[in-house]
Amino acid sequence: MNYDARRLGLYGVLGALVVFYLVPLEIGLVTSLKANPLATLPFAPPTPEGFTLSEWTRAFGALQSGLVNSLLLAVPATIFSALLGSMAAYGLTSLDWRGQVGLFTLFLAGIFIPYQAVLLPVSRFWAVYAPLEEWLSVLWLLPVLEEYHGELLTLVITHVAYGIPICTLLFRSYYKELSTEMVEAAKLDGATAYTIYRRVILPLSVPMFAVTLIYQFTQVWNDLLFALIIMGPGEGAPVTVGLTNLGSSLSDPGFAVKMAGAFIAALPTMIVYVVFGEQFAEGVAT
Amino acid sequence: MFDRIHDAVGTGKGDDEQRVDARTDGGTATVSDEDDGGFFDSVSRDFLGSLPFWLPPFVLMGFFVYGAIGWNFALSLVNVQQFNDPNYAQLDFEQYARAFGDPTFIQAAQNTAVLLVAFTLACLVAGLLVAILIDRHIRFENTFRTVYLLPFSLSFVVTAQFWLWLYNYQSGLVNVVTQAVGLGRYQWISNPQLALGAVVFALIWQFSGYAMVVYLAGLRAIPDEHYEAARVDGASTLKMYWRVIVPQLKGATISASVVLMVFALKAFDFLYALAGSYFPPNGTDILATMMVRQAFSAGQRSYAAAIGIMLFLLALAVIAPYLTYQYRRGEL
Repeated sequence: MNYDARRLGLYGVLGALVVFYLVPLEIGLVTSLKANPLATLPFAPPTPEGFTLSEWTRAFGALQSGLVNSLLLAVPATIFSALLGSMAAYGLTSLDWRGQVGLFTLFLAGIFIPYQAVLLPVSRFWAVYAPLEEWLSVLWLLPVLEEYHGELLTLVITHVAYGIPICTLLFRSYYKELSTEMVEAAKLDGATAYTIYRRVILPLSVPMFAVTLIYQFTQVWNDLLFALIIMGPGEGAPVTVGLTNLGSSLSDPGFAVKMAGAFIAALPTMIVYVVFGEQFAEGVAT
Repeated sequence: MFDRIHDAVGTGKGDDEQRVDARTDGGTATVSDEDDGGFFDSVSRDFLGSLPFWLPPFVLMGFFVYGAIGWNFALSLVNVQQFNDPNYAQLDFEQYARAFGDPTFIQAAQNTAVLLVAFTLACLVAGLLVAILIDRHIRFENTFRTVYLLPFSLSFVVTAQFWLWLYNYQSGLVNVVTQAVGLGRYQWISNPQLALGAVVFALIWQFSGYAMVVYLAGLRAIPDEHYEAARVDGASTLKMYWRVIVPQLKGATISASVVLMVFALKAFDFLYALAGSYFPPNGTDILATMMVRQAFSAGQRSYAAAIGIMLFLLALAVIAPYLTYQYRRGEL
């Protein structure tokens, strides 16, 4: 086989792989636009007379509040876990005692905990020992705020707690590679640990914040388990919970509305992924 | 991920020494530092100064991770159902014994093992092959990589909806294809014999891109000379990769497989979304789904806690040897 034919074969295989990875999405997209998805081949685009946007409207209507809840959940949870991860990483890299590595290992192991091992205590803790929506009941009298925001706060704190380990790992490995000269110089100048963090470390952390925020946002947005168990399918349910309940009935499998819903629920993470692909790949590869 | 862990843990000690050196240099250079109490004080000052930074995250994380696991373990030693309060006066391992006599548990454990092994191996092989293809100085490399990793960015809940439709008996793509090539139609999800394989295949679709990214980073770290040397020796491309390149990807293989196994243990979201209930499709029950069902649907809280602890031990068995290995390698 000569070089050109080989090259052609290589691109042929790569193209086939593109089809493999994209075909489920393509099918989902065309299906969501069909009035009767069972009538045509799954991958065929909708015919002019079979074309409809009503499934998208229906899915959007059903998932609207879930989308808002997911945003209210994912944005603060992402910011706080990144911030706390950065603080922990800074505290653990500027620490000069032997327990440092041991302590860091405890943070690390937290990454790999199967949530099933903590689910019962966590749900019990929030339900019985720290019912935030009762404690903060005064707040729900305010305009805009509703009682289910207390449940969302519960979920935010939970996600922050379980997001800290991975954020700490990402930031710590980044801080290890930073030059220590500036920190040492600032120390000799008598700068406090806080000043060094605020003036030296934080400004240098911006690229890593991008990576961590993107990674963590995707994780929190995509989660189902905590939302399902800690909150249940109430008013505050995020979009993933809404999606699992969408479209199923005995008479109609509702594939079109499910596909439309899947895209609506996935849209924020897809946008983040396409726009910040580099940072996403970096967060993933580490 | 594990390269970073290795770096972080491995360089920990070296950095300590480095920084202590810098500190003592500073200390001897300025007399006032010595007057303040010198080395020891500067260490404890640093320790105290760093406390506000790592202690709050540590307390929060420690409570939810280690506190909760401890609590869960205590729960697994009693016998509490529904919303009763546990009686901690009488502790035993009865729930664990019960698990090993429960055919549902044995089946779920088997499915978990099959899922772990088949899914991880297939993702590694697929990821490695795709990474090798991408690494051959192709055009539009970033575009290909972006497409292959796209499913990984999606939620389990979203991909479950797609695959539910793809596996549909009447009109799903998979059956359209198998029908067209003369294999006929199958109940991919509702046939217990096929369901687990169908789930594994869908998960491979979602996660092989991740293995690809990790392997690609590993391939990029191999110096070009290794390829050239093998080529000068007249090795075929296949031989070159098998003998020279793949052995150097040991680190990437280990880190990718650990992360993939952890994802496989967490496949609850996917199975829940497939069925829309705590009962996953027949034949796909894994420990993760069984635990949640026992806890929040059947109300068998202590039994569920015991299953959770066994899942935790399983994860630990995957992680601990590797962490120790990396830690030792870093120390040496």
